[in-house]
Amino acid sequence: MHISRHFVDRVVKHIMLALATLSLLILVLIALYIFREAWPAFKELGLSVFDDKWYPSREAYGIMTMIVGTIVSTTLALFFAVPLSIGCALFLAEVAPPQVAQVARPAVELLVGIPSVVYGMVGVVFLSPIIADISGQGSGSSVLAAGIVLAIMILPTVTSISEDGLRAVPRAYKDASLALGATRWQTIWHVLLPAARSSIVAAVILGLGRAIGETMAMMMVIGNSPQFPHSIFDSARTLTGNIAAEIAHATGLHADVLWACGALLFIMVLGLNTLGILAYRGKIGLPWSRGKSAKGRVS
Amino acid sequence: MKMKISTKDLDFYYGDVQALRNISLDIKEGQITALIGPSGCGKSTFLRVLNRMNDTVPKTRCRGQVLLDGKDINYNGTDCVELRKRVGMVFQQPNPFPKSIFENVAYGPKILGMRNKEQLREIVQKSLRAVALWDEVKDNLDKSGLALSGGQQQRLCIARVLAVEPEVLLMDEPCSALDPIATLKIEDLMQELKEEYTIVIVTHNMQQAARVSQWTCFFLMGELVEYGPTSRIFTNPEDQRTKDYISGRFG
Amino acid sequence: MMGICGVSLPLFIVIYVIAQGLPAINWDFFTSEPAGGLSGDGGISSVIITTLWLVGATLVVTVPLGIGAAIYLAEYARDTWRTEIVRRGVELLAGIPSIVFGLFGLAIFVQVFDLGLSIISGSLTLACLLLPFMIRSTEEAMRSVPRSHREASLALGATRWQMVRSVVLPSALPGIITGIILCAGGAVAESACLYVVMGGSAEMPGTPLDGGRSLAVHIFYLINETNALDKAMATGAVLMVFVLVLNIATRFLSWQYRARVGGKK
Repeated sequence: MHISRHFVDRVVKHIMLALATLSLLILVLIALYIFREAWPAFKELGLSVFDDKWYPSREAYGIMTMIVGTIVSTTLALFFAVPLSIGCALFLAEVAPPQVAQVARPAVELLVGIPSVVYGMVGVVFLSPIIADISGQGSGSSVLAAGIVLAIMILPTVTSISEDGLRAVPRAYKDASLALGATRWQTIWHVLLPAARSSIVAAVILGLGRAIGETMAMMMVIGNSPQFPHSIFDSARTLTGNIAAEIAHATGLHADVLWACGALLFIMVLGLNTLGILAYRGKIGLPWSRGKSAKGRVS
Repeated sequence: MKMKISTKDLDFYYGDVQALRNISLDIKEGQITALIGPSGCGKSTFLRVLNRMNDTVPKTRCRGQVLLDGKDINYNGTDCVELRKRVGMVFQQPNPFPKSIFENVAYGPKILGMRNKEQLREIVQKSLRAVALWDEVKDNLDKSGLALSGGQQQRLCIARVLAVEPEVLLMDEPCSALDPIATLKIEDLMQELKEEYTIVIVTHNMQQAARVSQWTCFFLMGELVEYGPTSRIFTNPEDQRTKDYISGRFG
Repeated sequence: MMGICGVSLPLFIVIYVIAQGLPAINWDFFTSEPAGGLSGDGGISSVIITTLWLVGATLVVTVPLGIGAAIYLAEYARDTWRTEIVRRGVELLAGIPSIVFGLFGLAIFVQVFDLGLSIISGSLTLACLLLPFMIRSTEEAMRSVPRSHREASLALGATRWQMVRSVVLPSALPGIITGIILCAGGAVAESACLYVVMGGSAEMPGTPLDGGRSLAVHIFYLINETNALDKAMATGAVLMVFVLVLNIATRFLSWQYRARVGGKK
C-alpha cells in the first residue's frame, strides 16, 4: 500500500519535471532553428545583409530598411504612448474618484486583450485616410499611422502595469510628503513616480516588446514598402511585416534572410528581457500577474 | 515508564544560524510533556523535528538522534510520510481544509488508502466523538469546515489527526488563537486523550503548562535548560534561569 | 485630462468597430461561408468553425502541459540554479513575437512533422506560444493557496503528490480555470503565427489536417484582399464580443474565488 503511494509520488514528480523543462526545450529549439536557418544568410551575404536594398527577385537582400522601419515605428509609438499611459495610470491611481476608477480599471484590463488585427483594421479604415488628407500624399499608410496604432495598442498594457506600480507605493511616502507641505503634484512628481519607477520601466519595456513584435497591424498600416521613411508620412516596412509578407513564397537564400530577420527579432527580445530583469531587480513578483500577459500577446 | 521519544545531542540549523543546541530529552509514553520558554527559544522548532516537518523548510540541517520507540527517525532514509502517520501534529492556527467537515476528518484515512464508505463514516464519527464535536456537528457534516468557530475548528483539526490513529500528538500552541472557554475545552480534551496517546505540547502560557502536563521542559535560546516533573519545575526549579522565567522575570 | 484620453482612445476603437460592424451582422453572416473575391461576399461560418476547432485543439495541448509544468515549479522544484534557468526560459519564451513562433511552427510542425498548413499545425504553434502564460497563471493560482493547508496535509502523512492533488489543486482551481479561459482568449486574438502556419483557406474545414483562417486572420484577409470593409468590421465586432465575454467570465470567476478565500479569514 505504501509502496504504491510513494511510487506514484515519484513517477508524478518526474512527469512534472519533464513538462517543466518542455518550455525550456521549446525555447532552445526555437533558438537553434532560427540561428541554423539564418546562418546561411549571414554566411553568404555577410554584412551586405544590412544593406538598404531589398529586391529579392534580383537577389538583393538588404534588411536595413526594415530595421529602420521597426525602430522608427516603435519609437514613435513610445513617444505617443508613454506620456499618455503614465498620465492615465496616474489618473486611475491618484486622481480619479473611486467609482470611476472601479469601472475604468477593469476596462483597461479588458482592452489589453483586444486582438491587434482590430487595431490594424481601424487604423486602415479610419486613420490612414485622415493622414492621407493631412499629408496630401499616398494612401496614408505611413510610419505615423503605424506609430499611432502601436501606441494605442500598447496603451492598456503600459497603463495597467504602471498603475499597479503606483498603487503599490506605500501610503507612508505620500503622507510624509504632504505633511511636509508639498502640493499634490509635487508629491506625485518627486515622490510617487520615482518610487514606482521600476514598475513603470518594466511596463514600458513590456510595451516596447509588444510593439517590436507586432506584425499584422503593421502590415496593414505601414504600407509595406521596403524603403527608408524620410518623413513620418512615408511608408516603410517592419522586420515582422517582412517575414509575414514573404515567407509563404520564399525559398533558399530568400527564406534564409527572412529567418535572419527572425533571429534579429529574437535577439532584440532577449536584450529587452535582460533590460527588464535589470530594471526589476529587487522587486518581488513579476509585472505580468493576473493573466494580463496572456492578453498582452503580439500578433 | 516507557520512553516514547528520545533525542540525543540534537543540533538544528536554519542556514547558518543554530537554533537548537545539544538537546537530549525523553518524552514519556502516555504522558503530557510541555515545552515552555520565551519566544524564539526553539521549542516549536524542536517540536517540528519530532515529525520531520522542518524538512519542508529549505536550508535546514538537523544532526543528532531522534528515537521513536528506540529507532532513529532522523536520518535520510526515514519514511517521513509513514512517520507522520504515527506522529501527528496540531498547529497554532486552526487550519481546516476548505472542504466539508466530513471530508476534513476523512482526509487522513483516505490518503492512507481507505475507500470503504462505511469504514470512513465510522472513523469520522469516532474521531469527532473523541473531540466532543460529534453532537454539535453530526447533522451538518456537509457544512464547510471553515464555517465553525475558532474553538470548533481547532477541535476539528484534532479530530482530523486522530482519524489516522497516531501514537503521538504534537501540539504547537494549540490554544493561543482561541478564547478562554474554547481553551478550557481543549485542555480537558487533552487530559482524556493522554490515556491513549503520548502528547507533547508547546505553550507560551505557563499556567496552562502547569495545569495540563505531567512533565515540563524549559527551553532558552536553543538550549534545554531544565526538564522534569511539572510539579517540581514549577515549585522548586533547580536552575536559576528557570526560576527567573517562572517568576515572570523575563519572557 | 491625459488619463481620460488614455482610457478613451482604445475604448473609442472598440465602439467604432462595433458600430461599423453591426449593420453587416445578420443570420446569414454567421451561416454562410466567405465567397472570396474582391467583393468579399458571404459570411464567416467556416471561419467560426475553424476558430473553434483551433481553440479547442490548442487548449487540449496547452492546458495539461502548462498545469504540469506549473505544478513542478510551484511544488517540487528546489531553489537551485537549474530551476532558475527553467524559469528564465519560460519568461523569455513569453516575450518572443508571434511571427517568430510562426517561423518555428512552419519549420517544425508544417515541414518536419509533415502536418502541412493545417489547424493542427496552428494549434501546436499556438500551444508553444501560450505555454508560458498557462504556466504562469497556474503557478500563481497555486502559490496563493496558504502554506498552512500544505503543512496540515503533510503532517497527516500525505505524500507530496497526494497533498498537491487533494489540497492545493482543488483550492487553486478557480485560478487555474481563469488561466485556461485567458489562454483561450489569447488563442482567439492571435493572428501572425496563424497567418503563416494555417494557410489562408476560407473553406469549411473537414478534418483538423485542413487549413483555414481564424476570425482574427480572416479580418486581415478581408482588409487586404477585398473591399468588404463592413464585413471586416462585423468580424471584428464578433471577435471583440467574444473577448469581452471571456473577460467577464474570468472576472466573475476571480470574484467568486476571492469570496471563497475571504471566508477563511
